[in-house]
Amino acid sequence: MVNFKPTVFAEGELVYTDGGILAEYAWLLVVLPFVAALVITFTGKYLPLKGAEVALTTIGIIFLYSAALMYLHITSGVVNEFFINVGSIGVFDIEFGWVVDGLSIMMYFVVGTVALLVFIYATNYMEGEIRYTFFFTSLTLFAGSMLVLVSSPTLIQILIGWELVGVCSYLLIGHYWEKKDNSSAAMKAFITNKIADVGLMIGIIILALNTGTLRISKILYQSTHDYEKLSTVAFVAAILLFVGAMGKSAQFPLHVWLPDAMAGPTPVSALMHAATMVTAGVYLLARMFPFYKAMAPDALDVVMLFGVITLLAAGLIAVVQDDLKKVLAYSTVSQLGYMVAAIGSGAYTAALFHLWTHAFFKALLFLGAGSVIHSVHSNSMLEMGGLRKVMPKTFATFIIGTIALAGLPPFAGFFSKDEILASFNHEGETTFFFIAVLGAFITAFYMTRAVSLTFLGEYRGHGHPHESHNLMTTPLLTLSVFAIASGWVNIPGVYTGFTDWVTTRKNKIVEYHPESFDLFALSSGLLAGLLGIALGYYLYQLQGSAETGDNKIKIQPIWSVLENKYYLDHFYFKFVIDPVKINISKAVDKFNTNVIDRFVNGFGQVASLMGSVVYNNFDQNGIDKLLNMSSTGTDNFGGKVKLLQTGKTQQYLMLFLGGVVTISLLILFIT
Amino acid sequence: MIVQPVLVVAAALFSLGIYGILVRRNAVMVLLSIELILNSVNINFILFDTMLADTLMQGQIFTIFIITIAAAEVGIGLAIVLMLFRNRQTANINEFDLMKW
Amino acid sequence: MEIFEIVTYFVLLLLVSTALRVVTTSNVIHAAISLVFTLALTSVLFLLLSTEFVALVLVLVYIGAVIVLFLFGIMITRAPLGKNAELDNDKNKKLGAAIAGSIFFLFSYILVNGFDGQVVVTSGSSTELLGEILLSRFVFPFELVSFVLLAALIGGITLARKDEALIDEDQV
Repeated sequence: MVNFKPTVFAEGELVYTDGGILAEYAWLLVVLPFVAALVITFTGKYLPLKGAEVALTTIGIIFLYSAALMYLHITSGVVNEFFINVGSIGVFDIEFGWVVDGLSIMMYFVVGTVALLVFIYATNYMEGEIRYTFFFTSLTLFAGSMLVLVSSPTLIQILIGWELVGVCSYLLIGHYWEKKDNSSAAMKAFITNKIADVGLMIGIIILALNTGTLRISKILYQSTHDYEKLSTVAFVAAILLFVGAMGKSAQFPLHVWLPDAMAGPTPVSALMHAATMVTAGVYLLARMFPFYKAMAPDALDVVMLFGVITLLAAGLIAVVQDDLKKVLAYSTVSQLGYMVAAIGSGAYTAALFHLWTHAFFKALLFLGAGSVIHSVHSNSMLEMGGLRKVMPKTFATFIIGTIALAGLPPFAGFFSKDEILASFNHEGETTFFFIAVLGAFITAFYMTRAVSLTFLGEYRGHGHPHESHNLMTTPLLTLSVFAIASGWVNIPGVYTGFTDWVTTRKNKIVEYHPESFDLFALSSGLLAGLLGIALGYYLYQLQGSAETGDNKIKIQPIWSVLENKYYLDHFYFKFVIDPVKINISKAVDKFNTNVIDRFVNGFGQVASLMGSVVYNNFDQNGIDKLLNMSSTGTDNFGGKVKLLQTGKTQQYLMLFLGGVVTISLLILFIT
Repeated sequence: MIVQPVLVVAAALFSLGIYGILVRRNAVMVLLSIELILNSVNINFILFDTMLADTLMQGQIFTIFIITIAAAEVGIGLAIVLMLFRNRQTANINEFDLMKW
Repeated sequence: MEIFEIVTYFVLLLLVSTALRVVTTSNVIHAAISLVFTLALTSVLFLLLSTEFVALVLVLVYIGAVIVLFLFGIMITRAPLGKNAELDNDKNKKLGAAIAGSIFFLFSYILVNGFDGQVVVTSGSSTELLGEILLSRFVFPFELVSFVLLAALIGGITLARKDEALIDEDQV
């Protein structure tokens, strides 16, 4: 498709261009989806394809434009940013604009490609579903919002894109809002994200106040040139930005919304998990990486810790899920853990590389799962099986996605996961390295389990499965090409173009990226993947578990802890929803001891079961206690504050007006 | 004509409206009190328009817009009250505590 | 003191007392009727300020339409006619009065201080000019407002209509 040889990237010295007319009109990428959404809203119902054609045309243009930008970037290296001043507040100029550099072009391309294929897929998948036109409006808006976010040269625009993405995800997750579960899932996603957004917002305000500007490039410039004023608040700001990223990129313990977001239609899940939503957090961290590295290296340790916790915890939950989409959802959370941990270890190019490959193979897996679900009308893997015979195309592409995710060469996931592992090894993070290898093992295991239960064995459901329509299988085939080949753009020692692409930006910073294969990391990652597949195949195929579900290997009580997702949901529910509990602290205390006990026990047994010593190093007590302490505190405070929430509007108004009057009187007579 | 008494009366109407919103139990009565507040704003607009002898008459034009919007607001407000009444058999706003924890 | 000013003060006094009655009476119909009087007196005040078009609009729209809507609302929600001790929320009364009082104090303090000695000089009729301005310079907002009204109309109908589908699914 594209000449992958860098022609202008001379050794050491990179030559940039301003991108010319292509960069100048890149605002089209952002504006088009919104125009299209308006057009679909008003005319969609009268068009022959109910508005899908408008969405497809738009996203097609975006794909072509981003591909053109990508080509231009690969051949000549584009770095440019544009600003439109829309006003000012005090000393702050409120600017919107668009960035055209390696990082954003990579994101444009990912969003454009995945979105185009998902849209094509959705035209068939959603056929005859309720609110078809509205679905395409929101889907277009969703892609557009993500483009607003990734094209942003200012923090304020990032925040706007961030919130827009949240709103669109709410609309899409709750697409079938007639069912209570779905609307609750949408609300859960929105509220969890909102909580995290507060962190982002405060972080942005702190940064803006201490740098006097909202432009990212200026802030990064100040960061890398040791501005005194910024360094004092850098750690706090860095952590707050990370809290925002934790929400969108579903890091432990704010990951709870992502699996529930499966309530949305499958194309939405694919788009959300691959390109448009969960990557936002990783993108933000990558965009702000020079700031983290120069000003707040301590914050990076925190980032890494959370990433590692996420990759392991979510991977383990994925093992016990019976819902095909939920397996993939937890797998996404786990892979996001890899990316975030990689950023934490300083290898942000490795994280972006994993984002890039993951986007393609995870979209492939989700669309494959959607194809299966569309065919058997059930999400539960216990009602599938034997589908390889009836759905050969879906089976073949799903296998490609699985191998890519499990990280076997020469598929995409192998290269990116290997680079992350190599960077852990390089940084000397031995514990984290082994946890990441274990994560790779678990990944391979649960994906083999999913494939076994879904495609191998005999059919256990009641419907009559059939191969999906061409409109659905064509995107699958296209994506499987990417799932195989997208890793080849960054092969250590052979061609490392990807690293050059994404580091071509203002405030260039290149952290560790492997010059050649790290054989230790490579072999352990590969071994873990192969072992995982072997164990999965042994348990679910040779033991015949696939026929009977997987009752044979359910080991109590780990299984129940995992099935209940570490009781995190229970915890949130108890704390947010159960209002009648008077003796909250007592209940929480009891609950905490339960959780700590089960958690530690569970981990102990997993460790002995798998014959691994890794878990002993994992400082469960420390992390858990800290988490519980903060949660108990919040819970007690919340218990007291919630008494104000009587639901009586007049009382709210009274309190509000009382406050306003008091403040006004104070201002009037005291100052 | 001195402006101060008119301004004070407008302020009085405004606070009476606030009082009504805070104290009334019947949702229709609350909407009624909102009309009082809007009316006090109208008085201010007209007064300042005349006082400043604005050539564009923006005060009067705004008043007309406010009256229009108020009509729309009452229509929607009463429809909502009606719907609530149909579902809960009461127009007492203290019973509408859906926003509770 | 001129007769003009005496009339004005008289109108203002009546205005406050009828407004007071709107929020204090324990009879819903009386409250609505008092609002009619408040609005009528406001309209008189507008006439005294020589803005007769707005005064007429107020009478037509408010007294003619809005009050009728309110009376409908009162009837449909079966508010008990006649005296009704339950109309007010007694718990809120003291605090509500305090807040309203402080707001009144705050506003009048600022307004009286801010507009000390300012006077209004009324000029003649301005309806013709108003019409020209409204349909030239402000024609876009004017048209926009008509859309708002249309939207409110549709919204009102949608909300107030019995929605069988929703009721069936126990969603409401």
